[in-house]
Amino acid sequence: MAESKTLLDLKHARKSFGDNEVLKDISLTVEEGEVLAIIGPSGGGKSTLLRCCTLLETLDGGTLSYGDCVVASDSGSGAVYGGKDVLQRARTHFGLVFQNFNLFPHYTVMKNLIDAPVTVQKVPKDQAVAKAYQLLEKMGLEGKQDMVPCELSGGQQQRVAIARALMLDPAVLFFDEPTSALDPELTKGVLKVIRDLAEEHMTMVIVTHEMKFARDVADHLIFMDGGVIVEQGPAAEVIDNPQHERTRAFLLSEE
Amino acid sequence: MDIVTLINQFGAAYMGLDGSLTLTTLLMRMGGGLIVTFQIFLITLIGSLPLGVLIALGRMSKIKPLSALMRLYISFMRGTPLMLQLMAIYYIPYYVFGIKLSLLNFGPMDIGPVHVEVGWVMTACCIGFILNYAAYFAEIYRGGIQSIARGQYEAAEVLGYTSSQTFMKIVLPQVIKRILPAMGNEVITLVKDTSLAFVLALAEMFTVVKQIVASEVTMVPFILAALFYWLFTILAEFVLGRIEKKLNYYHD
Repeated sequence: MAESKTLLDLKHARKSFGDNEVLKDISLTVEEGEVLAIIGPSGGGKSTLLRCCTLLETLDGGTLSYGDCVVASDSGSGAVYGGKDVLQRARTHFGLVFQNFNLFPHYTVMKNLIDAPVTVQKVPKDQAVAKAYQLLEKMGLEGKQDMVPCELSGGQQQRVAIARALMLDPAVLFFDEPTSALDPELTKGVLKVIRDLAEEHMTMVIVTHEMKFARDVADHLIFMDGGVIVEQGPAAEVIDNPQHERTRAFLLSEE
Repeated sequence: MDIVTLINQFGAAYMGLDGSLTLTTLLMRMGGGLIVTFQIFLITLIGSLPLGVLIALGRMSKIKPLSALMRLYISFMRGTPLMLQLMAIYYIPYYVFGIKLSLLNFGPMDIGPVHVEVGWVMTACCIGFILNYAAYFAEIYRGGIQSIARGQYEAAEVLGYTSSQTFMKIVLPQVIKRILPAMGNEVITLVKDTSLAFVLALAEMFTVVKQIVASEVTMVPFILAALFYWLFTILAEFVLGRIEKKLNYYHD
């Protein structure tokens, strides 16, 4: 088997908000084609971890790199981030799907999809439009290109948000509790889309409360609580046979 | 019988206008003033709408001295009478720099299709209105900008938009929709505030009307002026309503 390529490498990540230490020495890697699920109780640091990986928060300590793009290195006294150009280059490596979609409400579905490629990456417009149509079809959103987000259901909006992230061809796609704002019926459609992406070996990091989904779709699973990785391993193994008492308690409470 | 005579007969019969002041000459003189009023209105908007954005951004800047300065500016501009500001700006070149005010008359100028004689009175007046209204607009913009959810900025950031692209493409269009009702208030106030230009004896409508009332001893110009201002604000309301309707294609 060919040696897999590490797309994301995070080492000894530390992050505090005031006196509250949210991430305590977290290390993780994401390999090409891997689906990583992160579970755990609220306030356990999952979202902060994701926000640090997507550069929405800065680490206090530790190192972060995407492929050969070193975003943050450790000087010994704390994390040192690269300049604006480095951060901008790093952002081309990943996409992020938010819990509450964060679509641009004043843009049509089409404009939501093509604006970043055209504005940021200078992709020719007709090329972006063609790609947008492909993705809309893949997301089960045919014919919705001229609607504005408020005319769509939450599930449809989230699928537009996934398509928007995919438009930029990210190496890694992050999901921050993508179905938490949706009712069970709408959740299904979104999870199906993510499942399809997993089958195409899209590299993904998914923070989720959907245990069954995490078990099915993820290769690797991390259980986080109190700012540390309590337990990790193959997804099915961790969920079916948790080794740690806290993992067991959490999984029982989620059922 | 031609229309002028008809109008003048109406004025004579129902308004007591005859001899030295017929209804048509009154309307003509007021019309001249109305054009100046409209010019002040338009120039003020063209200047203060963008200036307000800059002041709002300065006010929200992380650079402390800049933010403090803008705060002071807004406080002063909103805290002193516009009439006083107009007079002060008019006299500044003379009392501060010793420049004769007549030297500041720039002569004829073509602004688009409009040919105007740009004098210091008009210039000072517009500077005053722009500086004053920008302060009010800045606070409205600030409220609007701060009402945009954090997630919009974060989504744009992750997608790789620069901060200026984020502001121009994502934030500002949404802000405009949200602040439109508040802006409407200010715009309508501006229509009537243009009458304050009378303190500089600028020949806008109210100045003209006051002169006619004093010289001809009649209340009629006041009544007509009220109607003109009202019509003007109704027009402004209509335009604002159209813009609001146009932006109504989405809600958030």
